[in-house]
Amino acid sequence: MNALEIRDLRKTYKGGVEALKGIDLSVNQGDFFALLGPNGAGKSTTIGIISSLVNKSGGTVKVFGDDIDQDLVKAKSHIGLVPQEFNFNQFETLLQIVVNQAGYYGVPRGIAKERAEKYLKQLDLWEKRNVPARTLSGGMKRRLMIARALMHEPKMLILDEPTAGVDIEIRRSMWTFLKEINQQGITIILTTHYLEEAEMLCRNIAIIDKGRIVENTTMKGLLTKLNIETFVLDLPPNSVKPTLDGFVYRMIDDHSLEVDVPKSASLNAVFSQLSEQGVQVLSMRNKANRLEELFVRLVEDGRANSERGEKK
Amino acid sequence: MSSLSVVALRTIWIKECTRFMRIWVQTLVPPAITMSLYFVIFGNLIGSRIGQMGGFSYMEFIVPGLIMMSVITNAYANVSSSFFSAKFQRNVEELLVAPVSTWIIILGYVGGGVARALLVGSIVTVVSLFFVDLNIHHPVMLVLTLVLTATLFSVAGLVNGVFAKSFDDVSVIPTFVLTPLTYLGGVFYSLSLLPDFWQAVSKLNPVVYMVDGFRYGFLGISDVGIATSVAVLIGFNLALFTVAWQLLKRGVGIRS
Repeated sequence: MNALEIRDLRKTYKGGVEALKGIDLSVNQGDFFALLGPNGAGKSTTIGIISSLVNKSGGTVKVFGDDIDQDLVKAKSHIGLVPQEFNFNQFETLLQIVVNQAGYYGVPRGIAKERAEKYLKQLDLWEKRNVPARTLSGGMKRRLMIARALMHEPKMLILDEPTAGVDIEIRRSMWTFLKEINQQGITIILTTHYLEEAEMLCRNIAIIDKGRIVENTTMKGLLTKLNIETFVLDLPPNSVKPTLDGFVYRMIDDHSLEVDVPKSASLNAVFSQLSEQGVQVLSMRNKANRLEELFVRLVEDGRANSERGEKK
Repeated sequence: MSSLSVVALRTIWIKECTRFMRIWVQTLVPPAITMSLYFVIFGNLIGSRIGQMGGFSYMEFIVPGLIMMSVITNAYANVSSSFFSAKFQRNVEELLVAPVSTWIIILGYVGGGVARALLVGSIVTVVSLFFVDLNIHHPVMLVLTLVLTATLFSVAGLVNGVFAKSFDDVSVIPTFVLTPLTYLGGVFYSLSLLPDFWQAVSKLNPVVYMVDGFRYGFLGISDVGIATSVAVLIGFNLALFTVAWQLLKRGVGIRS
């Protein structure tokens, strides 16, 4: 049984906007799954339907085998949701927010208080438990929503851009926490704009664009689709302009050389040619996140295919 | 009712009570002050010149209506503003993602409204004791009309909260509908003082039946009959509960 099974999911909003055009998606139990896509692609609509915040127009959704049309109560109890926007009462204290949330899932108050201590401590919020939520920083508010989503101990955690606007230190501590709970068996579905985050955390990935899944594969499988990487080499100022046979390259300024290296080629070939010409390399870096380049390419390919399909 | 529903209902109710107790200066103090002014001005100063009404002093006559007025406004205001705030801050989503049934959400919010209404009603009753000696003629009728009225206006507030798209929408109904209905609902006068035509028109106002039934509980006098009052209250409650259930079930104003 899969943790999540979506078939032909469709959503047309009032006014005729077709947000989902029949998507199929399967997420294995225990998976760390990334759902990526540009703004307006349909990620939040998909998550909204799974978590009952959005009414679907067609298709089926099963959460751990429980269909949301037939056994919504059971399906809901499997899910913990961390939404994109802050959606807690800003005037309530942290303790009130998480204990109440547990209560909505039928967790008795005594047990809820024990769990509140456990999760607020794990997410470094325990010291703030009696302050109103509005006084928290952005990073703390994001962690509060994670603690709240875990209060009924769900089998699946859905996080909609959980690290948006969070500084790198807190982001990394959140990654560590999410990895830990995933290792304990919780299935995690993550949407993010930070592709580095998806690469770091997720085993499987789906890319959605304009309401359609344009790619659904393993993270490893996705990365093998990278054919070319671009490197920027820092040279001493006023270096001789080098020539590189067999490579596409360009000087960005008088001390920065940009080289496209195909997967089939070796970086050694670049360095040996530079050495022969007496060109020193001071440092080297990737031009951009390679996953980002691939993401843009896949989305563009998907759009081109869909336009061709529509013309037919 | 399943144990999940019991815990969820208790949680929503406690959350609602905590909310109005946290802002007690806005929720509990104003009715006490407003009603004290009513008692001083209408009861003592003007009432002493009016003489008797229905066989009782004017102060005794208006006390049940004023208690009922505070119950109506507080029940309505509590649920409409709380539910709309939950929509506005989006924390209503905490309930929508959880396995809480529509009935439990309605009962939780209505329970909060009834709790505030009864607390404010008790405060106003205590304040009234500084001005008049209260006797209870029919305790069952008194409690029945009080609870049914608090419930009715709590559900009405919920329906308002569901439809409201701005804070203006939350205040429009109390200002332009509730206040006129309450003032014209026999709080300050007996319907028998009105010409026949206006008596008939007044009987279209549901607040008349609430005030009348409640006044019967205190004083034992009624313009419209207690059976009619109870029937109207039960009828309106059933109708509004059905409307609220349909709206929330379909996700009007809360699900896209």
